[in-house]
Amino acid sequence: MSLAAVCHIGVHVFKESVRDRVLYNVVLFAALLMGSSFLIGQLTAGQDVKIIKDLGLAAISLFGLFIAIFIGIGLVSKEVEKRSIYALLSKPVRRHELIAGKFAGLALTLAINIGIMAAVYFAILAYYGATELENVRGAWEAPAADPRLLIAIFFMYLQLLIVTAIALFFSTFTSPLLAAAFSLGLWIAGHFSADLKAFDQVVDAPAASALGRMLYYALPNLSAFDVKSLVVHGQQVPAGLAAINTAAAGTYIGVLLIASALIFSRRDFK
Amino acid sequence: MNPSTRPERKSRTSLRARSLAIGALVLLAAGSVTLQAARDRHYSQTATEARLMYLQSPGVADRLALEYDALAADVYWIRAVLHYGGDRLKDPGAGRYELLAPLLDLTTSLDPLFQIAYRFGAIFLAEPPPGGPGRIDLAERLLLKGMAASPDRWQYPHDLGFIHYWQAQDHKTAAEWFRRASLLPNAPEWLGPLAAGMLARGGDRQASRQLLMRILEDAEHHWLRQSATRWLRQLDALDRMDQLDAMLARYRAQLGPPASWVDLIRAGWIPGVPVDPTGYPFELNATWSTTRLSPDSPLTPLPEELRR
Repeated sequence: MSLAAVCHIGVHVFKESVRDRVLYNVVLFAALLMGSSFLIGQLTAGQDVKIIKDLGLAAISLFGLFIAIFIGIGLVSKEVEKRSIYALLSKPVRRHELIAGKFAGLALTLAINIGIMAAVYFAILAYYGATELENVRGAWEAPAADPRLLIAIFFMYLQLLIVTAIALFFSTFTSPLLAAAFSLGLWIAGHFSADLKAFDQVVDAPAASALGRMLYYALPNLSAFDVKSLVVHGQQVPAGLAAINTAAAGTYIGVLLIASALIFSRRDFK
Repeated sequence: MNPSTRPERKSRTSLRARSLAIGALVLLAAGSVTLQAARDRHYSQTATEARLMYLQSPGVADRLALEYDALAADVYWIRAVLHYGGDRLKDPGAGRYELLAPLLDLTTSLDPLFQIAYRFGAIFLAEPPPGGPGRIDLAERLLLKGMAASPDRWQYPHDLGFIHYWQAQDHKTAAEWFRRASLLPNAPEWLGPLAAGMLARGGDRQASRQLLMRILEDAEHHWLRQSATRWLRQLDALDRMDQLDAMLARYRAQLGPPASWVDLIRAGWIPGVPVDPTGYPFELNATWSTTRLSPDSPLTPLPEELRR
């Protein structure tokens, strides 16, 4: 695989997303967070910082999810629909390089988006922390601009990379509409996958519980990447979890990208 | 027609069309607002009170929230604060607080580490009417749930002790909870002696004042400081009522039972109608020659156990 070709395609995908005004969501994010921080203080009986933290993390995750799914589903299928795939494949680019490049491009788009949103988030929290009274700050469970929040954001990014790989996978063989439905469905199922492991506790059929267990290992366990509640309360995230989550995300993405490349390499565009 | 004037004319027509469109837009927007206001004035819809909860089961709420359970907890927390505040601002006795416990249960199930929800909830669930529903059982259940989620937090057994002491007026159970709180990490040093003193002396006013002063000093939250201040004022009111009752007994012995405060003012015993620490005049029970708090006073009801 040519790394130069992958990087070239990746940069191109990023430029295209900038042209598609994807970065506008950052403005929306900043407006949402700043607007809500003024309103929330009036309603929350002293819990404004906690709620701003929760809201900011949820907004970063949701905006990222929309980008991952709605851009991810069009990465390949759009090229096919517009017939620009012929021009692309006539160049010295192999099909699996195209898949890897498309993924790298969206990963870069997500990284820059989340990076800017995180910077805005920390700036607002730091402002909040600096302008609050000393005794009020003393009542907080964790400082406003707590560096531990970065762990939650990093896990969110890993989760979004998995979603991107899922969307890209579906994009290689189905229409954008179906790919969006499947990706969203898998994202939701990924939050319930832990229940499948304990299927034998609710069902008495060994075959059904074996199927449940199989699905548990096949589906991504996205709830394992959710440590938002922990970090907002200033609790420690075990270092081992960070290592396992990073490795698990890497392997799952690897499987999806290889499967996508295999399917895409067998597609006939005549 | 001169061809050179054609683009100019075209541009003028386009400008006119745009101006007309903007004018129509402004007119229609103003019309829409006016019609809405007129409809509200003449055919206002009956406002339905949204005192219902679509989600009753904390387990279902937790599932539906996916990874946004902390944010969902915040939403239920805001609803709990608004529900409590709304009912508290109603006419005395009109507040029902029937959603306070389920809202707090949902909040704490969605975010089991939401410390303030347990503490705020327990204090206000135990508050007797009109300031709260007076449900000590629900307050206790909520704090026990908090203790199960965070067994190392001394604040939950401390609050349980306080509720048993102040609202249930059961100083023995209260002392036991204070003792348990004193054994937990980071518990303040005064908790242990307080528990021992409470067991020895029972629930006297001096012990109450000491405890409330400690709570006021250590209170991290505005609402807790406000509550502690109110409880201290209730103690001040009780002290003042004791003084007035003693004076009334002397007056009764010397001059007969007074019909009202005016008799005492005329006799020069008091300069004016005595008021409680919030400025509400005390009432005089002419039959028994005793003082009582105005039912309109924000200090109502007083802790009966301490009225001795």
